[in-house]
Amino acid sequence: MSNIDINAHNNVTSVLLCGVGGQGVLVASDILIDVAMNSGYDVKKSEVHGMAQRGGSVVSQVRFGDKIYSPLIGQGSADILLAFEKMETLRYLEYLKNDGIIIYNDQQITPLSVYFSDIEYPENILEQCKQKSQHVTSLDAIHVAENLGNPRVLNSIMLGALSNHLSFDKETWLDVVSRRVPKKTIDINRNAFSEGRKLSH
Amino acid sequence: MSKAMLSGNEAIARGFYEAGGTFAAAYPGTPSTEILENIGTYAEIKAQWAPNEKVALEVSAGAALGGVRSLAAMKHVGLNVAADPFFSLSYQGVNAGIVIISADDPAMHSSQNEQDNRWFAKAAKVAMLEPSDSQEAKDFVVLGLKLSEEFDTPVLLRTTTRINHSKSIVNFGERVEIDRKKYVKNFSKNVLLPMNARKKHVLVEERLQKLMDYGYDCPFNRVEWGDRTIGIITSGISYQYAREAFPNASFLKLGLTNPLPFKLIEDFSSRVDRVFIIEELDPFLEEQIAAKGIKVSGKDKIPIMGELNTDIVTASFSDNGSKATNEMKKKPLPPRAPVLCPGCSHRGIFYVMKKLRLTVTGDIGCYTLAAIPPLETMDTCLCMGASIGYAHGIEKATDDELKGKLVGVIGDSTFLHSGITGLIDLVYNQGKTKICILDNHITAMTGHQEHPGTGLTLRREPTNSVDLEEICRAAGVKRVVRVDPYKIDETLAVFKEELAVEEPSVIIADAPCIIRARKRFSEPYYVDAETCIKCGMCHRVGCPAIEKDENGKTKINPLFCIGCDICRQVCKPGAIRKPEK
Repeated sequence: MSNIDINAHNNVTSVLLCGVGGQGVLVASDILIDVAMNSGYDVKKSEVHGMAQRGGSVVSQVRFGDKIYSPLIGQGSADILLAFEKMETLRYLEYLKNDGIIIYNDQQITPLSVYFSDIEYPENILEQCKQKSQHVTSLDAIHVAENLGNPRVLNSIMLGALSNHLSFDKETWLDVVSRRVPKKTIDINRNAFSEGRKLSH
Repeated sequence: MSKAMLSGNEAIARGFYEAGGTFAAAYPGTPSTEILENIGTYAEIKAQWAPNEKVALEVSAGAALGGVRSLAAMKHVGLNVAADPFFSLSYQGVNAGIVIISADDPAMHSSQNEQDNRWFAKAAKVAMLEPSDSQEAKDFVVLGLKLSEEFDTPVLLRTTTRINHSKSIVNFGERVEIDRKKYVKNFSKNVLLPMNARKKHVLVEERLQKLMDYGYDCPFNRVEWGDRTIGIITSGISYQYAREAFPNASFLKLGLTNPLPFKLIEDFSSRVDRVFIIEELDPFLEEQIAAKGIKVSGKDKIPIMGELNTDIVTASFSDNGSKATNEMKKKPLPPRAPVLCPGCSHRGIFYVMKKLRLTVTGDIGCYTLAAIPPLETMDTCLCMGASIGYAHGIEKATDDELKGKLVGVIGDSTFLHSGITGLIDLVYNQGKTKICILDNHITAMTGHQEHPGTGLTLRREPTNSVDLEEICRAAGVKRVVRVDPYKIDETLAVFKEELAVEEPSVIIADAPCIIRARKRFSEPYYVDAETCIKCGMCHRVGCPAIEKDENGKTKINPLFCIGCDICRQVCKPGAIRKPEK
């Protein structure tokens, strides 16, 4: 397992989170930025809203370090790409630095456009990722979520997996997760986070 | 809580709260919508949705005149709607301060254009502030209200999507309670008759000069000295990109960008070897600065279209001299654009219009998504409320060529925003065109906000609900028909009947937004694979619940399907079935 060297390239660590509207990508990025801020870093994130109900592609770009100016991750600059849907991994692959870390949820959500164009849903996602980096992990996170009893805790599982590659305290993560999810779901989300940590280690 | 990660919109709301703001109004519009939504969470502030941005600004201006600090928020094209009060308010000035937010959208993440609203401030001769992150978004509201009162000017706070929707650390302050200023009748200030307005213009020009002098040394503008070979003049989010692209350069970071502090700009420029102007969209800074005789490099290198980022700025000034573009490389991946939700009430109506091969003038809302494949049933979309005028105009131009084949489509919120006058015009000028109002009882696309037809205020207090049918009849439309958009055959029959009649009619598709209603019509539908002949008709309604299995037969995803019945109605072989119970 590789850990991110926070002192590399101007002290900025960049994480790109992506997926499909409704999967909880933005909530996950809200948790990540709170963890980074509570750990003492300057943080910025950018996102485009509105896709939750409408199934569009969602991306959130998070940057943290000593001092952050731009809220956008440049091409080839992301340290980690965290994808909640497998095709979306490829859509944002060019943002990843060479040999960066790729973690994706092995779930397919077919966009409508597949039925009206000649462009097919890609088959060889793992292979394409490996061309970019050797640090690729495909997780069966959606099934873990379903086994825990609620597919909506997918985002906590993904954050758990992500947490293995960042140097924030586990307690800081759990604390923020607890404060950011609906009260009735605190326990299941904390479990989900821990399961995610076990999945990718 | 002393600090938090806030979006620019949340920060603006917080700043208004801390500044003792007391009244705010807006109409939803990405990327500004969350400003009023967040302001509404502060009990001390009166916050309300207006039917459109013109009204929002008029009411806020009235509140400022009445003596309380006020705010109006809108997206860039919203300021087009509010332009009339905006320009004249510059002449009137204020009593308590007013800040007007224009949330621009470079790269058109969700807009019809990427107009650069900085020109509005210059044309209207008002003070303008441009924050570069969330902390400034908050601080500039606080300082901006003071500026508004001190200089007797409306203040335009101009943001862009990457400010409104990016989150960064914001330090909190306490709210100051401001005493309400007295309202005093002032004929020569507040009544813009020519005799008064002529004198006000003189004051407007003097005010500009005072603001220009103020800008030389004010909290909004600052110089950051670095290497003197390159001096960069920049504002807004562009500052952040420029700072990363040129970490060692000297910077003149402008926060007060109308009027420009020319003396400061000249001083700065004389102390560096070369001046770069790094700004998104139009050469707003560049043209004015170059006109002063300062030699600058700007749009000769930086793109005039789309949004910037650090890579583009770096590439623009790279030695190979190539002008960078922000064209993303073409990806061979299936696009994943937003689509109408499973169960959306718009789907059936557009299917009917598609079947009838109608020319459809469209408007702005979730239903604009019906323009893309597979429905592809919208010919035009210009601006809020234009569908009705467009339909009427096309009818007048084409005489009988499109008789019985033309319909204008508009949502309920859009209709109340600026469709009523179009309908009045259609009847008054003897048009015959059919209009279809898609009444889903909410302003949906921007995130489900209340409007004057929903019966609830911003804070969900019950209130009067405008009767759309009555408005149509009062405008003189005699044929107003309601349809259930989930019943295709009935809706088709109504359309045919109305299209055959040579007088105006309004068809109201009446069904609440499926997300808002949190409704499930039935358990998920299913497909009998043996009966499915793979004709593809069901896919043509564009529902994300309708998929294909490995054999190409239709399969319905039970996670998405809510049983709206549209696909079953279009399935001729009867392969799509409603579950028994």
